[in-house]
Amino acid sequence: MNHHPDLTVGVIQGLGWLYLLLGVANAFWAARSLRRDGYFGQTFEKITGFEHIPKAFVWAGYSALLMMVAFAHLATHSDAADFMIRLPEWFKDSVDMVVANPISYFVFSMTLFILIVLLRNWWVEPTVAWSLLNLSVLFLCLSMTDYDFRQIVGKPDNVPIVAMLYLVAFFTWLYFYKCRENDARLEQGLQPAEKELGESVLVWPDLVYSEMICMLLIAAILILWGVALPAPLEEPASAVKTPNPSKAPWYFLGLQEMLVYFDPWMAGVVLPTVILGGLMAIPYIDFNKVGNGYYVFNKRKFAVITFLFGFLPLWVGMIVLGTFIRGPNWNMFGLYEYWDVHKLEVLNNVNLSDKFWLDFMHQPLPRPDSSAPFLTQLGVILQREWLGLVVIVGYFVAVPPLLALTVFRKFFARMGFLRFMVMANLFLFMFSLPLKMALRWSLNLKYIVAIPEFFFNI
Amino acid sequence: MSSIIEYIRQSQIWRSVFRHPAPYDRRNRAVVVLTNFFLHLHPVSVKKGGIALSYTWCMGGVTFFLFLVEALTGVLLMFYYRPTLEWAFTDIRALRDVTTLGIMREIHRWGAHAMVITVWLHMYRVFLTGSYKPPREFNWVIGVLLLVLTLLLSFTGYLLPWDQLAIWAITVGSNMARATPFLGHEGPGFQLLNVGGYDLITNASDARFLLLGARTVGEETLNRFYIMHCVAIPIVVSLLIAIHFWRVRKDGGISQPL
Ligand code: HEM
Repeated sequence: MNHHPDLTVGVIQGLGWLYLLLGVANAFWAARSLRRDGYFGQTFEKITGFEHIPKAFVWAGYSALLMMVAFAHLATHSDAADFMIRLPEWFKDSVDMVVANPISYFVFSMTLFILIVLLRNWWVEPTVAWSLLNLSVLFLCLSMTDYDFRQIVGKPDNVPIVAMLYLVAFFTWLYFYKCRENDARLEQGLQPAEKELGESVLVWPDLVYSEMICMLLIAAILILWGVALPAPLEEPASAVKTPNPSKAPWYFLGLQEMLVYFDPWMAGVVLPTVILGGLMAIPYIDFNKVGNGYYVFNKRKFAVITFLFGFLPLWVGMIVLGTFIRGPNWNMFGLYEYWDVHKLEVLNNVNLSDKFWLDFMHQPLPRPDSSAPFLTQLGVILQREWLGLVVIVGYFVAVPPLLALTVFRKFFARMGFLRFMVMANLFLFMFSLPLKMALRWSLNLKYIVAIPEFFFNI
Repeated sequence: MSSIIEYIRQSQIWRSVFRHPAPYDRRNRAVVVLTNFFLHLHPVSVKKGGIALSYTWCMGGVTFFLFLVEALTGVLLMFYYRPTLEWAFTDIRALRDVTTLGIMREIHRWGAHAMVITVWLHMYRVFLTGSYKPPREFNWVIGVLLLVLTLLLSFTGYLLPWDQLAIWAITVGSNMARATPFLGHEGPGFQLLNVGGYDLITNASDARFLLLGARTVGEETLNRFYIMHCVAIPIVVSLLIAIHFWRVRKDGGISQPL
């Protein structure tokens, strides 16, 4: 079934400009490569019979190809439906399969994160990073030929998120790139590279001028952006027409995503408070004196990996999920999938107390008598939920000392009791999210402690 | 031409404004920073590595600049906008359809998105350079407050166009407050706040009501968010930014390897 009009000439021509831009950028890259990358080695000469071929030829050829593709787009005036340069269906289907499922999405983003850290010294290599950038832009361009993808990614309010992804990726690259040098320097007992710029310069002109250029640049970008992309204005507000899906502003979508796994009091109040408190606590629990004022990875591995884990797969990753993948009824949709309001997902989640009483004890749940005195009711509820309460209390009370005695023994010795406890509890909160996700996916677990009588569900 | 510029620069008016000759030599380049109100945020001289673009990413500075842009375009928007159910939406629509050069709403909106992003990136670089380590711990804490307030600024502004996007995003966002422990009427433990059998916390007295000024997102909310967005939060943010900058200098300037 075709839900939508297909490509239009306008889209094709817009893409043409993008390809042209990419082609020009790659022409510059070819010039850089000519200066730096040297020539193909002997194996290449033996196989092809050509000698003395600069590696830059590959980039030049690629750039030429992009420009031809660009012209093919720009010259189109015929029927857009017949336009050939688009994403193959099998590719779309496989991407959708990975993306539209919480488990594979999470596994995918975690794998990506682990690869970013493990392969850091490989992918920061400028040629590799440039190739990855090219791949991502090609992916974006080709995906734009898909109607459903355009509907979501092209929304004016979602454009900044795409920009954010590129910026975060770029600065992560920059970080690891600088770390590669500094890590090697520290290894050899040298000072970090930043130290070599230790001389003093006058603020006027050195700093004031670069600030000014920065301001002009940002102002120019904002004006261009404002002219090119009108701010959205939907229909007038109506308290009776609830849109489906109803989404919070994009920077809160990570929190909204947590609502899938936690009740509002946890996802909307407790966890955000813990996140902010945890951020504020960072300077007071990080006792490592190394790496103040320069980029370094190896000597701050633990702190950096923790922060990156919270920022990349959890925060940014869940914003991407919430923005691009969550559709009507908060179901997950592939990037190229039509947002069908009637898509059904079977949900039969059960609580830990159900599992314990029904499946394990084979008897009905204890049920508080609503006419009984308050304390009697409470007693019955506690009896019903005792297992979950033990699990939660154990998680927060028993795990920190265990950690202190085992993996974090050295930390505990250096941090002292209070610092360590704060850190350990922050960790437990941070990992409660992936843990709850895993429990949901493997056991269909809804609540560990379910006391709806007091709105106390965990 | 240059003699005209020179004449202006030597004139009494020019010198009364800038208080010293043009910054051509070393001495006057130092003096210009010291005596100019706007420039005196800076020290006179800095370490080269501390201002390297690849080191600071200029993200703190860009965030500040964006804040100024928001203030400016925000004032322009306030000229046209009335925060009432009757006018809010139509004023915004008129801004698009009728107003000459009506691009300040675009700049204001995209600038707000950009500011959220640059605050994150600024924090990212401060973390990655370990710049929160002593003696800059407290400035990091002020930074986290600025981060929260930046998000709240953006959030309160989101409601003002009063379209479907606006009220439902704010509804979803503020529904959480209903579940605040003890203080929300669907939060754990609210039953404990109860006097002689009457709940103190109801849907007309809980945290969400405080936020919205009503049981649902309505005209009271619009008014409340308008005041938060245009007056209260900007004042606090300005104050915190001032402290933030002051601390950057008192803590020894932008961090550098020791
Ligand atoms: C409205 C938001 C903010 C503004 C306008 C702002 C502005 C600035 C500026 C201009 C600097 C000078 C160095 C640079 O540009 O990188 C700076 C430094 C600093 N900022 Fe922010 N900032 C903001 C938010 C934050 C946040 C969210 C954090 C962290 C949670 C933070 C922590 C710091 C710290 C620790 C320094 C000292 C860094 C150093 O010495 O290298 N700031 N800030």
